[in-house]
Amino acid sequence: MTLMKSLMGAAAAVALTAGAALAEPALIFDLGGKFDKSFNEAAHNGAQRWADETGGSYREIELQSEAQREQALRRFAEAGLNPIITMGFAMADPLSAVAGDYPDTKFVAVDVNWLDAPNIRQIGFAEHEGSYLVGMMAAMASESGTVGFIGGMDIPLIRHFGCGYAQGAKAVNPDIEVVANMTGTTPAAWNDPVKGSELTKAQISQGADVIYAAAGGTGVGVLQTAADEGILSIGVDSNQNHLHPGKVLTSMLKRVDVAVYDAMKAGENLETGVFAMGLAEEGVGVAMDDNNASLVSDEMKGAVDKARQDIIDGNVTVTSYYENDSCPALQF
Amino acid sequence: MDKMPKWADVVLIPLISLVLAAILSALVILAIGENPIEAVNLMVTGALGSTYGWGYTLYYATNFMFTGLAVAVAFHARLFNIGGEGQAMLGGLGVAMVCLYIDWPHWSIALLAACVGSALFGAMWAAIPAYLQAKRGSHIVITTIMFNFIAAAFLNYMLVNVMRPQGSQDPATARFPETVHLPTFQSMFSTAENALFRGAPANISFFVALLACVAVWALIWRTRLGYEIRAYGHSETGAVYAGISPVRITIIAMLISGGLAGMMAINNVMGEAERLVLNSTEGAGFIGIAVALMGRSHPFGVFLAAILFGFLYQGGAELALWTSIPRELIVVIQALVILFTGALDNMVRMPLEKLFLSLRKGAQ
Repeated sequence: MTLMKSLMGAAAAVALTAGAALAEPALIFDLGGKFDKSFNEAAHNGAQRWADETGGSYREIELQSEAQREQALRRFAEAGLNPIITMGFAMADPLSAVAGDYPDTKFVAVDVNWLDAPNIRQIGFAEHEGSYLVGMMAAMASESGTVGFIGGMDIPLIRHFGCGYAQGAKAVNPDIEVVANMTGTTPAAWNDPVKGSELTKAQISQGADVIYAAAGGTGVGVLQTAADEGILSIGVDSNQNHLHPGKVLTSMLKRVDVAVYDAMKAGENLETGVFAMGLAEEGVGVAMDDNNASLVSDEMKGAVDKARQDIIDGNVTVTSYYENDSCPALQF
Repeated sequence: MDKMPKWADVVLIPLISLVLAAILSALVILAIGENPIEAVNLMVTGALGSTYGWGYTLYYATNFMFTGLAVAVAFHARLFNIGGEGQAMLGGLGVAMVCLYIDWPHWSIALLAACVGSALFGAMWAAIPAYLQAKRGSHIVITTIMFNFIAAAFLNYMLVNVMRPQGSQDPATARFPETVHLPTFQSMFSTAENALFRGAPANISFFVALLACVAVWALIWRTRLGYEIRAYGHSETGAVYAGISPVRITIIAMLISGGLAGMMAINNVMGEAERLVLNSTEGAGFIGIAVALMGRSHPFGVFLAAILFGFLYQGGAELALWTSIPRELIVVIQALVILFTGALDNMVRMPLEKLFLSLRKGAQ
């Protein structure tokens, strides 16, 4: 028994030192896959930027099944990878089960901010605040008095986006009509540009002349159709203004890439705890560049800047959909 | 007289098909600049080289056994049930209701109730397409696949609006209470000094799946109902002439099929996740079609094919973890195995039959 113990101890020590020598970071993509033109791709871009700048390497996995969530966490932790970065709220449950078993490993959870564990850096984005700003811009750009929202899969997170958007639009014009549709109820809804295009046409026929897409790869179809039909669209997550210059009003930025880049740069000495990435931290925001300069009036810019400051200062609060699972400005 | 000895039919043909699929996969892996031998090594050691690997392989295999059996039973009545996915989703809903809304003193009783609940919900979801096929002649392939989408929408509604705990951002139910957690292989087979199946999700429902295999075998080949199902499957007019009601057989076969697909939920929902998540079935219902085809609709064949697919899934996960082979290519490798063992069966069979015939002639 004692021999067994010392053997195990030696093995553990070897494993630990091996881990310390490696200490590569690891990145776990959610089921959407790393080239989803949106959330996961932003993480990939952040990691790639870190790798290009530092010459470091990292391990990654694109999950294929629910059972792999815990598996990937454990396997990477046992291989001594550190920190282990996970994408999406669905990792919260497996993380809370696994993190305690590997106290020396640092985990990063993007889109999670409610766990209680000492070795997890939790990063929650204030998507509703960014969406509020683009909602204001949509209402100011709209001539018909109707703006549209197209979500991906019908989950609370996407309602959270839509809710902020509707509040922003109504702050500018209380009588504005907000048309909201979800693409679907299965994960396929994240990557269905054809359906995105159909929904865009349906919303145009209801009078919408600015449409905000929070739908991953489906949004590509929304932006394309909006450009073809001569109305404005709003991109999400990454800066998508360049996809159709002069046709995309703006993009709601969610800087997942920065979060991943920062985590990889901090490496094993990563600070843990709950980090809120709101407007003040520039975790969310609106994209202004040459491609949309002609669409954004000075008045619009001034109003958005003022609202951003008001939200940061606490003079304006944007209600989160999560607070009581309903939205004051929009019925789903 | 048979053209080939039985062993060739049962062992040689699948083996040659597998080898062909492996060779093509190796070429694919070579083409993207990875080492195929290393990849195979990773897959085999990762899936079969440790109790941990077996724990995952058998977990996936349990899912595929249930859905494979479901498709196989319907096949015997010449019904093509491609709605296993939706039936398994509804089965998950049944399990979640049984586990969440009733207080169970012990997991064993809860497991029995969950079996009944999941089978009932799965069968209910198969009943409507079955009725439409039997009474109205709406083709079962169309209706069952449409019902997959309805099931997804229904489950989404239930999870987002009804069963989600207040304030949770995850579209999933609450965790099931401790008393209904099923024993995993880890807790069943580990000793104090020696932890086996560590962290792996395989659980007691694997044995339920084995029982289901035996039960389906007994049903199809040892009961009057099984005989009627097979008779109907071979010839509808013949069955009618013998006094078998097509309506009755269609509905009963589909109810059994849907029930089996639904029972998959005791493994993935009750055994693994211990809560109902939106994406719990993740395509197992469709894999069941391939499993039933490869297993020739025989429960033992389904068992073997399910293990093979479990191996492909777990081996694929290990590949994804430790190499830079993109997951799309892992799906390609899995698809090649399905293609060769299921669809291109005759490509191997015909030359082999000729070979055996000429060998026999030579001997005479």
